[in-house]
Parts: sequence; C-alpha cells; structure tokens
Amino acid sequence: MGKYLSKKIIIYLITFVLAVTINFVIPRMMPGDPIQSLMSRFSVMEGGREIIEEQLTLLFNLDDPLPVQYLNYWKSIFTGDFGISIMQFPKPVTAIISTAIIYDLILLIPAIILSWIVGNRLGALSGVSKRADNIMMPVFYFLSSSPYFWLAGVLAFFLGVQLGWLPISGAYGVSMNPGLNWSFILDYIRHWFMPFFSMFLVQLGGWAIGMRNMIIYERSSNYSRYMESLGASDRLIRSYGFRNGVLPQVTGLALRIAQLIGGAITVETVFNYPGLGRMMLSSVVNQDYFLLQGIFLAVVIMALAANFLVDIIYMFIDPRVRLSFSGEV
Amino acid sequence: MFLKSNKRGVLMKGFCRVVLVFMFIVLFSVVSLAVELDRSETLVITGAAWGPPSTWNILIPNRQMGTGGLVYETLFSYNPLTNEYRPWLAESGEWVSDNEYVVNLRRGIKWTDGEAFDADDLVFTYELARDNAVYYSPVWNWLGSVEAEDNYTVRFTFDEPHYAEWDKELYQRYIIPEHIWSKVPADKLIPRTNANPVGTGPYLYYTAGQDRMVWERNDNWWGNEVFGTPKPKYIVDLVNVSNNITLGMLMKGEIDLSNNFIPGVEKIKGVAGLKTWYEKEPYMLSWNTANLYMNTTRKPMDDSAFRRALAFAMNKHTIVDKVYGGLVKAANPTGLFGQGWLAYLDQGVVDEYGFYFDPSKAVALLDKAGYVDSDGDGWRDQPNGEPIELEVMVPSGWTDWMEAVKVVSNNAAAVGVNIQAVFPDTSLYDNNRFTRNFDLMIGNQQTTLTSTPFDYWNGVANDGIYGERIANGNWGAYDNPELFALIDEFNMTNDETEKMKIAAEIEKTLLVEMPTIPLWHNGLWAQYTNANWTNWPSEDNPYGVPVTWDNAYQLGMIDVLIGLEPVK
Repeated sequence: MGKYLSKKIIIYLITFVLAVTINFVIPRMMPGDPIQSLMSRFSVMEGGREIIEEQLTLLFNLDDPLPVQYLNYWKSIFTGDFGISIMQFPKPVTAIISTAIIYDLILLIPAIILSWIVGNRLGALSGVSKRADNIMMPVFYFLSSSPYFWLAGVLAFFLGVQLGWLPISGAYGVSMNPGLNWSFILDYIRHWFMPFFSMFLVQLGGWAIGMRNMIIYERSSNYSRYMESLGASDRLIRSYGFRNGVLPQVTGLALRIAQLIGGAITVETVFNYPGLGRMMLSSVVNQDYFLLQGIFLAVVIMALAANFLVDIIYMFIDPRVRLSFSGEV
Repeated sequence: MFLKSNKRGVLMKGFCRVVLVFMFIVLFSVVSLAVELDRSETLVITGAAWGPPSTWNILIPNRQMGTGGLVYETLFSYNPLTNEYRPWLAESGEWVSDNEYVVNLRRGIKWTDGEAFDADDLVFTYELARDNAVYYSPVWNWLGSVEAEDNYTVRFTFDEPHYAEWDKELYQRYIIPEHIWSKVPADKLIPRTNANPVGTGPYLYYTAGQDRMVWERNDNWWGNEVFGTPKPKYIVDLVNVSNNITLGMLMKGEIDLSNNFIPGVEKIKGVAGLKTWYEKEPYMLSWNTANLYMNTTRKPMDDSAFRRALAFAMNKHTIVDKVYGGLVKAANPTGLFGQGWLAYLDQGVVDEYGFYFDPSKAVALLDKAGYVDSDGDGWRDQPNGEPIELEVMVPSGWTDWMEAVKVVSNNAAAVGVNIQAVFPDTSLYDNNRFTRNFDLMIGNQQTTLTSTPFDYWNGVANDGIYGERIANGNWGAYDNPELFALIDEFNMTNDETEKMKIAAEIEKTLLVEMPTIPLWHNGLWAQYTNANWTNWPSEDNPYGVPVTWDNAYQLGMIDVLIGLEPVK
C-alpha cells in the first residue's frame, strides 16, 4: 500500500516540476514583448510611451534576468501570489482566476457528470438490447463525431436566433445585476442552459459508445457465461457486467475533469461565457505571461490531482489493484 | 433506469446532489446587490473594451473606457465635425503672449465627493506630471510653469510653445482632484486601481463585472444647466465579443450602440434595423488612415522613385469596394481627413504631386528608374540586377486587412513587382514594426483623428528612428531632417498664413518622397438601433459623435448622451 502510493507520489512530483518549468518557458519563447503589445493599443504623446513602458517593465519585474524570474516564479507558487495581470493591470492573477473559475465549475461539472451518468446508462442499455442499439448508436456516433463548434453553432442558431428562446451570449442579461432574486437566477439559468446543453450532448455520445462496447465485452466474458450456466438472473449478470464495465469509464471521467479548463475554451468562445477558458485564450493573444502561468498552473494541478484521485479510487474499486497490495494476485 | 440501482448508484446520486448544492452555494456567495436595471433607462454599448474592467486609474492608458470623459473631464471639448473647441471645465482660454496661455475656469463646479473644483486642481494635474513619470509628463519638455493666479485663473508659461500640441492638450488632458491624488504616494500612482473614481463628470462608477462596466448618471453634474441632462440613467459597456454575437445582440435590441467593425454591415443594416452615420457610402465617419509603410532601410524601398511608382500601382478603390463593401473612404493622397486636418490641405499641391491609380504610369516610372526584368523571370529586378522579392505584412486575424493586403500584392504584381502577403501574429507584427524587421506593412498607428494635422505628419515622419527600437510611428524609418524640422515648425507656429505655407511644403515633400502610401481611411465604426433609444446623430442631424472609444467621449459622445430620446 505505502509502496504503491510513494511510487505514485514521486512520479507526480517529477511531473509537477516539469510542467511548471515548461509553463514558465513557453510564454517567454513567444515572439514579441507583452508590454509592447499592451502599449501598441495606445496613442499617447511623444515620449509618453517610453515612460509607461519603463514603469510597467519595472512593475512586472520583466527586467530581471531569467533565472531570477524563474526563482520568483517558484516562490509565487508556494506563496499563492502570481503577481498582477498585464492585460487587466493592476488586478492580481489569483483574483481573476478565482472569479472566472466559478463560471467554469457551474457550467462544466454538471455537463461532465450528467453526460457521464446518462451516457453510461444509455450505453449499457444499448449493450444489452438490440433494438435500443439500432436506434441509439447512430445518434451517439453522430454526436461524438460532430465538431463542437458546428453543433454549438447550430444550437445557438435554432434555439437562440430562429426561435429566440434563449440568449446566445454572456452569463447574464445586459441589464441584470447579480443578486439573489428570482429574476436574476432565472436569467442566469437561461444563459447557462445552451452552453451546458451543447457540452452535455457532445460528450454524451463518447461515454455511451464506450460503455456499450464494455458491456458487450463483459457479457461475452467467461464469468458471465459461467453465471448464466449456474442459472443466475439476467439482471444480476448485467449488474456485474456494469460494475466491471464502468471501471475504464471512471478513468475517463477523471481525465475529463482534469481537462475541464481546456474543454472550456471552445464552449466559452462560442457562447462568450466569462470563464477561465476564454480568459486563457485572451491571455495568450495578449501575451499576459502572469495570467497565462496562473491558469496553466491551475490546469496542471487539476490534472495531477484528478489522476491521483483516480489512483486512490482504483485502490478501492478495482480488486486487481487492491489485491496487489496483499500480494495475492 | 433498467438497472437495479445498487449501492454505488445511490452513492453517485448523492454525490451529484452534493456537488449541485455546493455549486449553488458558491454561486450565491459571489453575488452581491440585487437590482435589475430598468432597460428603458439603460444604454447598452460595446466596441471599446477589450478586457474586463480592471482599473479606473486615469494616469495610465489602459484604464476602463469611459473613465476619461464620463468621470474625468477636460478643459475644452472638441467637435471634429465642425473643427470647433467648446469650453468645458474652462470658461475661456487664450494665448496672452507668444509663450503664455491663460485659462479661466468655470465657477461652481464640484467633484462628485462634494469638494469644490478650482485652479489648484488644474495646477496639480500638471505638476503631478512634472514631479512623477506619467504618460503626459513629456509636456514638461516644452512647458515651463503652471501657476494659479486666483481660484479660477491659471497661467501656463512655455519654454518652447508647441501650439498644435497644446490645442490637443486642451481637450485631451483629464483634470484630477488634488485633494485625493495629492495623498497618493508616488509609487502607488500607477498601480492604483482607483475604483469608484471621483471626477467632475456626468457619470459615476456603479458596478463592474467580468464582461461589463456599468456607469450611473451623476444627477448633480454641473453640466445639466449648461449643456442639458444625459438621458440614460445607466450606461452598460460590454466587453467586446465576436462580430456575430455583437450583430445578433444588436438585432435583438440587446445592444444599442456598437463601435465595432462589422464586415458586411452595409448589406444587412436595412434588414436588421441598424443605423449608421451616412445612409449610403461610406456609411461611417473616418477615424484613421491606413498607410502602406515601406522600410527605407532596405532596397529598393530606399529609393523614392520606386516608392512613388508603387503608389501609382495601387488601386485604392478595389480595397474600398471589394474588401470593405464601401464602408471606408479611399485615402486622400496626403493621408489627411477630417475638418481639423483638411483645413490645412493645399489642393494645388495635391493636383500637382498627388498620386492616383494608373498602372501605365507606374510602369513608366519603374522603367525610367531602372527597375526592369533583367533575368527574364517575369518579375522586375533592381537596377544592379538583384531580384526584388518583397513581403508585405499585416497582423494575422485582421481579416479585412488581410484581404486588403492581397489587393496590394496583386496591384504590385500587375506592374511586375513581386510582393507577397504575409500574416504574422499580432505580437510578432508589432515586434517587427518596432525593429524595422519588414519590407512593407500596413499600419494605422498614430493617425487617429485629432484637431491638428501635426499629429498625422508626426506619426508618419518623425525623428524617433535612430535608436534600437522605433516606438512612435514612421515605422519605415524614413530619414529626412528637413522634413522633420518643417513639421516641428508647424507645431511651433501660431500664425495661420505661415502655417498654411509650411503645411503645403510638408504635403509636397510627403507626396514627392512617398515614405508611406495612404490607402484608405478606416471608419469611426458605429452602428446603432432605435429599439430602446432614438434621435441618434447622423449626417442629417450631426449634433454629436457616437463614439465610446478611449479619449473620445469629449469628441461629441456626451452630446449624444444628452440628445438621445428613450423609446417610451
């Protein structure tokens, strides 16, 4: 048990150091200079530009030699201070991330988890019933292979523009102020539904296809046949098949949650939803080193944590891993 | 639910419920006040802000749009349609001698915290820039002293009066309250967020969100009696999103005014119920000049004969009609536009030296200058036989410019000059521009509408080209000290006849030398709807200018806010 865990922890630590280093290097290898890009939007009197540049460079410590910047960067990871954003000067990066990530979580966690649950159920149904299979599989294949941009665009066009049922942009209406009242909550949900539903649909197909194939595989495996010959009820066999089939799906789910922010870029771009995904895109475009680093770090930590969690969960739900501790394989 | 719900299923359901409840708690822990703005009193605009509101600090250029103009005000406002200055915080101002300018301030103006506005605030605004480094500090390179003679009179004494620049200073410098900013330590001047700024203007900070800034009308504004009361109780300024979303929101009446460039708006404005400044072409007022810059530190762009020949090869009308659908104007050969600049246009010079689309003339000029195809590959070569293989760059993703630059490339090919279009990332484009690392490029920096053509000339031809980096225009590093001296002389001359003479000389030099080729004038993009507000200004009713970009509210946007009528 300890050996299994300590091995994992060492691997995770190495991964973390590498990821953090790459995270530091990549933005600085991008062509151009963030301060210059920021300045290029302003037209100020002659000489004014140089003054601003100088001050910003000092404020962001971009004039430090790279090794010093790198050390400061590590320091910031442990102190939770990621400096200030260039694009949204002088807002601290942590404040930006903590505001934006809430939108991501409210939008994506339900979409991922619900599509996983529903997808698994439907997939399992497909796996055992020929008729359901014939109807549902084409739909699943269609959903999982259609490009998200296109599907979301179609949804937005029909539900938003043609029928005018739902708004196509933002997290709440233009004349709304966030508050705990029904009109705001309803407005929020109306804005939330389309991004949520499009993410839900796109992911549903993948989960269902995976589950269906697992169920078919489990149904034809030896233990199923053995149970059948013992006269066990169909339902019991199915439930065993489901429990075994769901294992890889759990891995998939954890990885999906780890990629939460990456997956958010497309949906938030299409529906102009103010979460981290969109923030990440604009921080790349604006060469906002500090914000980009902060977001990447959040992504890395999430990915590592999710993987670690899977490892732990596997110890409980996968007998093969569990038994390997006590040496009885 | 065909499966027997085993324990794990129950656990899963419970888990989901916990997650959902948790998320709602999170959601409502971040929400604060609870008011819905009355849409009939709210003006929704977009097109100015590129990122979430983050600072209202008037001392840095990337402050939230509207901070300057809605909260802080200037001594004068400038009307680009009539080329007139209107006293704003000032009651009057005049040159009392060659190097002294006296401002008389209005009385009875109050800062939004109740303190009186007076001469000390104006003096402080300038002295702050003298004692600290802020973006308008360079004014002290030619300003000598600023003194309050009494509570409402301020005398500016200049070491070297820059008349043209001073005119601009009068309507672009936002005056800040001494009683607040004098308490800010020097090292906090720039990083200060200054949320809830205290100004003299018609609007106050109301709230800011991830994707919006909301301003609330200041009912005690001093201008209510002088100019009238702004109609919208709230202004919601949305952060820019993609064109199609903006257009959709305009059509649904969710946005009232958009200052975005929306390609094809001329085709759908009728269907979508959108209004623009002109009913027909060019639909929009002009805002800046897109120039084809040529890097004079490389061959053959160092030869004015080559540059001028290229100018005759350019078909500006293809760009205007095919790329922009008539949304922009073809550039005047001098690059000048707008009342303030055209006041100094010498038509005689344009008639004599101006360029126009004439490929045969371009061919003749190229032949004459020795740019002929010497190796028979179909492309012209340099007089010394070296091939000409050039690239013209515009930022990737600027779709209209990308199309325009293809026109440039085709026009050049038509007269045998090999220029390929390239599309670097915006940051790379900027970097190349700063370091002379390009052959040709299109740029519109430093050519924004102002009150004096000095700004345009100083943008396309100035002497900031001898260092490692070029930061203030003249990207092609065109070097002509006589011309630079002329432009400075224009800046330092107050006599109109003399100014006209200098202007003609500058225009002639630029046309003969062609350091840049003016191609088109980008529009003051503005499309608005009557869904919630009517009486928008237009060609037929030009009482204001619908522009919400930074530094532009005092060019007539305040008048628009006063002139709008709610749809009841």
